[in-house]
Formats: sequence, structure tokens, C-alpha cells
Amino acid sequence: MKPLSDTDPATPIADEAAANPVAGIDQTKGDFQYKVDYAFDAGTGLTEDTVRYISTVKKEEPWILEFRLKALKTFLRKPMPTHWATKDLENIDFAKIRYYLSQGQKPKRTWDEVPDDIKKTFERLGIPEQERKFLAGVEAQFDSEAAYSNIKDIVAKQGVIFCNSTEGLREHPEIFRKFFGKVIPTGDNKFSALNSAVFSGGSFIYVPKGVKVAQPLQAYFRINAENFGQFERTLIIADEGAEVVYMEGCTAPKFSTSTLHSAVVELVALKGAKIQYITVQNWANNVFNLVTKRGVAHEDAEIKWIDCNIGSRLTMKYPGVVLKGERARGEVLSIALANDGQHQDTGAKMIHAANNTTSNIIAKSISVGQGRSTYRGVVHIPKHLKGCKNNTECDALLINTNSRTDTYPAISVRGDRNATQHEASVSKVSEDMIFYMQSRGLTEAQAMSLAVNGFINDLARQFPMEYSVELKRLIDLEMEGSVG
Amino acid sequence: MSVASSTYLVGSFTPEAFEQSLARCAHLPAWWLDRKRAAYARFAAAPMPQRTNEGWRFSNLSTLTLDGFNLPAPVRFDQLAHRELGVTGAGHLVFANNRLVAAQPLDASTAGAGIIFDTLQNALLQHGDLVKSHLLAQPSKLGSDKFAALHEAFLEDGAFIYVPKGVTATLPVGVFHYASGAGAAVFPHTLVIAGENAKITVADFFRSEKPAEAHFACGGNDLYAGHGASVTYLAMQDWSRATLSFQFNATVARRDARVLSLNLHAGARQARHESFSQLQAPGAHSEMLALTVAHGTQEFDQRTLQIHQAPNTSSNLLYKNALLDQAKTIFSGLIVVDADAQKTDAYQSNRNLMLSDEAEANSLPGLEIQANDVRCTHGATSSRIDREQEFYLESRGIRAAQAQELLVFGFFEEVLGKLEHQELHDRLTEIIREKFRNQ
Repeated sequence: MKPLSDTDPATPIADEAAANPVAGIDQTKGDFQYKVDYAFDAGTGLTEDTVRYISTVKKEEPWILEFRLKALKTFLRKPMPTHWATKDLENIDFAKIRYYLSQGQKPKRTWDEVPDDIKKTFERLGIPEQERKFLAGVEAQFDSEAAYSNIKDIVAKQGVIFCNSTEGLREHPEIFRKFFGKVIPTGDNKFSALNSAVFSGGSFIYVPKGVKVAQPLQAYFRINAENFGQFERTLIIADEGAEVVYMEGCTAPKFSTSTLHSAVVELVALKGAKIQYITVQNWANNVFNLVTKRGVAHEDAEIKWIDCNIGSRLTMKYPGVVLKGERARGEVLSIALANDGQHQDTGAKMIHAANNTTSNIIAKSISVGQGRSTYRGVVHIPKHLKGCKNNTECDALLINTNSRTDTYPAISVRGDRNATQHEASVSKVSEDMIFYMQSRGLTEAQAMSLAVNGFINDLARQFPMEYSVELKRLIDLEMEGSVG
Repeated sequence: MSVASSTYLVGSFTPEAFEQSLARCAHLPAWWLDRKRAAYARFAAAPMPQRTNEGWRFSNLSTLTLDGFNLPAPVRFDQLAHRELGVTGAGHLVFANNRLVAAQPLDASTAGAGIIFDTLQNALLQHGDLVKSHLLAQPSKLGSDKFAALHEAFLEDGAFIYVPKGVTATLPVGVFHYASGAGAAVFPHTLVIAGENAKITVADFFRSEKPAEAHFACGGNDLYAGHGASVTYLAMQDWSRATLSFQFNATVARRDARVLSLNLHAGARQARHESFSQLQAPGAHSEMLALTVAHGTQEFDQRTLQIHQAPNTSSNLLYKNALLDQAKTIFSGLIVVDADAQKTDAYQSNRNLMLSDEAEANSLPGLEIQANDVRCTHGATSSRIDREQEFYLESRGIRAAQAQELLVFGFFEEVLGKLEHQELHDRLTEIIREKFRNQ
């Protein structure tokens, strides 16, 4: 999981590379684990004591502890949403999960200060030191706490605050407390409640009025301990007229028992602001990835989620935008790839709450082998609004005879001054297309890979360059062995 | 279970009411009476739909009352303002308050040899095996188990249509169901069985005798098309505007069979329609069509399921709703393609025409696909009349109201045009026009 930088070796164009488009890529990357000495470990299971422990270790103010304890009650009270979601959720054993562990380090400012063993992990992950030259800031989350943090001078000089959630709440309560838990209330769903009780890590970003952050801000998350759930909390506030792009990428080592990842991401785009949030999710396929992501777009603001799900056992994630101010715009571009044993249950929510708001959802999914991909969406246009428009397109591609896809949209429109359109299609890769490419000397696997990349190309093109290159590689990897 | 909670669960449909209804069926085969008893037990035990039930998402549950209804007394045919089917020589059956009140049998010489067009009660006595294997033989999968059980328990009579192998019915048959008297509860049913390569058109009409009376209507139909058969089924629901209506459809299409069903929804206060199509053998095709004109505070709740169980099957669903005033529509459809149903071609489309700023349209078009060599698409749109089209008509001197009516009919014509019978087409158009005129 690394963005392509100019120091990367070019992919060899030798014959063997042509025969195997993924030759030269280390396919075991991300499939490793280092023994880490956990200085702070809350043990397994979730009780009030666990929550108090986390809060104490983090030296939090009383209101945060209170917030956490209230959330715990909500979590315990809420039923699993299995009346509409997959029964696989019942396989999560909350008593066996570690809810907090940290090495008790303060976020490091320079690369040199990062301990060697952690550096080693990041090097295996392929995060080069040179990246700092290329990217504005790296907030790499090692398990719960950010082990490494670097914000380039330029960003700080502009007045941008980019820190982890603990630091954000401790040092800038006047900014973050106002919005914290407001976009996604604790009781939104069972897993947002869980996150609110045990959250640690994640990024807090504030971009001041009129500031346009030139470089994307980036963070890496990974899970490193077996049975360890990661509950990061991210809050991004773009003040009036500000613009920011945030990128989040994940890899996790593979483990034999299930791991749980349950993040909450809140975005606030004030008047005229623009936020773009990009995710490439590639958890190991034993991870439950149950994430709540939502943004509020005020007048003339724009929020765009680019969401790409390739890994995990079960992902349930429906990035949403509440279009609160006039002429606000929301967009979700979603790519999901489900391979054997995976269920990508992804989609989008667009809640129109002001006149002349517009939203666009484009979702593409690919099911390989016995993989299952699901699109689930909500488009809601309530009473007495006018000039609201939504466009939704969902396309599913099925690679093997036993692949599976589902589509469950829900569209509510009131009044005659709004318009919505929804379209979905399901298809397989056309045999003509494969034949054409094979007649020009490609193997069936190469042809299939190319066709799949073509299927998502118009979406992938909208990704930042380094992500779309990475995405193409990931898809090539996943397509391996799916034909023939 | 306490007395209070069981009263809540059955409303007016108490064990005493059931025994009363059962007594009227005492002459019918024992297996059928046993099924009715079992159905009543299921009905009485099942909870009312819950908010958390996905099959009832967006539906108004607080108005689903079972109280205040009764099993109505008989009415005479001459008390009804009956209108004929409008097709010369066509047979018909007229039911009022669950009883047959008039019949025009088929003329065997013109209608087609061996066709049976009779009441369900007669069919139960004379063709018990046929009825047993097809009447309410499909499971209830769309959320209304409780009301489907209620229908089976209280179903007293209905229409039975059987077309033998290779026979084409030259004329359509009409079945009329009337409800009369305040609080009348009716349970209409139409069973259509088409043998191999048989062909038939059946039209069901549902009407209240007086427009102001509140009724409870809980009806169903079973459509079975054998290999190569063709069944066209029309239902025109025009109950009073105070009626609570349920309709359950189960369609089975065998090899190379073709079923077209068209439902017109005009009446009722709250109407739920569940349609379940099974494409069981290669070459089967199901055409699922519906038109809804929603006025006032009417709520139309349409749930559909089309299951492709065999390769090379196709289905096409087109549900069109025109919404006026504070009306509300819900369309929830699901296409299921089973694991070995390769080469499936399925389409599902829901179009909502918003004619008022207070109307509400909800669409839940769903897909569950487990085979890869398929073509499945769905679409859902909601918007007002195209302003350019409106402008075009008005610029040619057509008044605004008339232009709107023309455009609405243009919107519906895509569905109406699929009907081969001109008379039935005209009859449907007339019901829609009447509804617009009386709005």
C-alpha cells in the first residue's frame, strides 16, 4: 500500500512481465507481523473498566470519559442490525477483542525518533522516507496511537491543525469539541456507539478560512495485534472557503481469528468549503470493517467521498453527505472488489436538507470467485424542498459463475420540484472483448484483468494519480487465478 | 397469550367469526377445511408488522387496523350497479360479499373446448386435485404472512379457470368482485391454470358498491402457466377510498410459458399489493406491469419478487405511478437470480410522476444475483412532467389541465399499449380518466 513516487523502479517490460502483469510485485506484502511489546494493553473484553482505563491512559478530561461511558451504554443496548444486514455480524465475539493497546509513545515529530522496530514495519509496508518530500504530512497510525507524525512546515504555516484525535481534544477543545460527535451521534448505530466508547487514534484536521491545502494530507492505518479492534476517530473541519484532500489507506497482517475495525469519520464543510476524502481499504480478509462515515455540507460546500474497498472479510460502509446548506453538493465514488470469502457491503447515503442541493453516486463492484458485493444506498429528499437532484449509477461485474452481487437502494422523494434517477446493471465481462484481446496475443488472465480495469477506469481516473496506479496493481493481484 | 393481546392480533376476525365463515364451507372437502383451520391459527398467532421489518419499510403501520369490520350479509345482483366487461360473448362471474350473484358461462363452441370457468367452491368439489395442487400453493415471501393466512382462512368463494392442453380461449373472461355495506370484509380469489400451450386472458374487477363505505379487502390470485402456455391477467382495483386493501399474487411460469399481469391501482385508502413471480423452467417469461393513480391521502404499497430459478428465463417489470395531492407510493422490488440460472434477462423499472408538491414516492429496487452470465438492470426515477413537453402542447393552444392529462396518459400508454385486447385497453383508460375527473 504505497503511493507511487518517482523513486519507484519502473515495472519491467520484459516478456515474463507481459505474461504476468503482476510480476515483480511482492504479493506477500502486508502479510506479516512483528512481535510488539505493548506497554499499555486494556486486555480483552469490554466493560466500564475498559473504558475508564482507556480514558485514564489518555489523560482525558472528565467530559470525554462521560461521553465514552454514555456511548458504552448505548452500544450495549442497541441490537445487531441483522434484520437487514448479513448474519455474519453475529460471528463477532466482542468479549475476545482487545479494545485498546498502545506503546504509550507521544507522536514523533521526525523520522529519526521513530523506534527501529516500528520503522521496520513501515518499511515492509513500503512507506519510503522520501515520501515526506512528496506528501504534505504523514500521520501513520501504528495500532492505536500515531507512532509517527509529520506535518510539513507549509501546512502548519497556513494555520492548518493536523493531529491525532487524543491531541486534538486535549489541545484544541475550542475547535473540535463543537463538532465532535455532532455529524454522527453516538446512537447513530451500534458500531458508532462502540467507537464512541473506545475510540483512540485517527486524525483531527482543521483548515482555516480560505486556506487551500495544496497537497493531500495522508494517513495510514494498520492493525498489528491478533484479535485487536481498531477504533479510530477522524474529524475534519474545513472552514469557510477552505479546501482539503485527505487520503486514508489501510493494510493489515493476516491472522487466523477475526479482527474488528470500526471507525467513525466526521466531515464538516462550512460555507463554500471543499473536502475530498479518499480511502483505499485493503484489510486482511479476516477483518470485520464496520465503519460510519458522514459529512455535513453547508451552503455552496462540496463533500466528495472516494471509497475503494478491496480487503476485509466483511465491510459495511455507506459514506454519507447531509446537504444542509443551499446549493451544497455531495458525491460518492465507490469501487468494491469482493473475492472468495469476502462480502463488500458498501454504498452511499445522500440526505438532502436544503433547496437546490445536488448529489451524485457512482458505484462499481466486481465479484470474483465466491465473493459477494452489495450496494446499499439511501437518497432522501424531504418535504417542501425544490431544485434537488440526485443521480445514482450502480454497475456490478461478475467474474465467475458462482460470484454474487446484490443491490438495495432506497429512494424517497417528496414533491414535484425535485428529480432523482437511479440505474443499476449487472453483467459479466463480454466474451467478444476477451476473444478480441486474446486474438491479439494476450492470455485470458491478462485480458480479464484489462477488462476489469477498463470497467472501473472512468472512476479510477478521478483518483489521485498515485492511488489509481496502486488500485490497478491491487486489482491485478486480486484477479490472479480467477480465470482458467 | 393473554386475551387482550390476542384480541389485538385478530381484531374483528375472531375465532367466532372464523367458525361462522367455516360453517358456510362445511360441504367442501375436508383437506380444504383443515388448511383453513391451520391458516387461521397462523393468522391469530402472527404479530402485526413491525417497524423493524424490512418488508414494511416506509409503510404506514398505524393504519393497518383489523377492527371495525364484519362478514357481510348477502346482496342481490340487482342491487349492484354492475357494468359488463364490454366484450361480446365473453363469460363472466360476479361475486358480491364473498358469494356468487351472477354468472355468464362460457359457450363451449366459441370459447374453446374443455375450458372450465366456474366458482372455486364447485371446482373444489369437482376438480379437487387440480385445486389442491395450485390454490395458494406458493409461499408468502413478501412480508404479509399474517394477512395471507387471513385470506386463506376466510376465503369462501372465488373464480376458477382451467384451460386444457393446447386450447386457446378466443375470448377473455371477466371476474367481478363487489363489496357492499359498511365495514364489509371480502376475500376474493382467482385461480388460473393454463395447461401446456394453452392460452387465456382473465380480467379481475374490484369495486365497492358505494364510494363512501369503508371495507376490508384481502384478495389473492394464483396464475399457473404450464409449458408453452400464455396467461394474460388484468386486475382493476377500484375499491372505495375508505378501504384497506391487500392483494397477493403468485405466478408460476413453466418452460417457454409467458405470463403478463397488469394491475391498475385506483381505489382504497391504503392498498398493499404483493406480487411473486417464479420462472421455473428455461424459456419462461413474466411481464409484471402496474399503473397507479394516487390521489388525496391514498397510500399504495407495492412489493414484488421475481425469482429466476432456471437458465434462459426472462422477466420484465414496469411499475408506473402518478402521484397527486398528499398521496404516497412505495415500490419495493427484488430480482433474484439463482446460482444456476445463467442467461437470465431481467429488467425492473419504477417510474414516479410527481404531480403535486406534497406527494411522496419511495423506491426500493433491489437485485440479488448469484449467476454471472446474466443481464439484469433496474432503474427508478421520480420527477415532474417534462416542462418542454408541457410548453409544446400549451403553445399549440391546449389548456394546461388538458395538457397535463394528455401527458399523464402518454406516461401510462407505455404500459397500456402492451395489452392486445382493445376493449380491455379502453376499459382501463376509462377507469383512469374517471379517477382524474373525480379527483
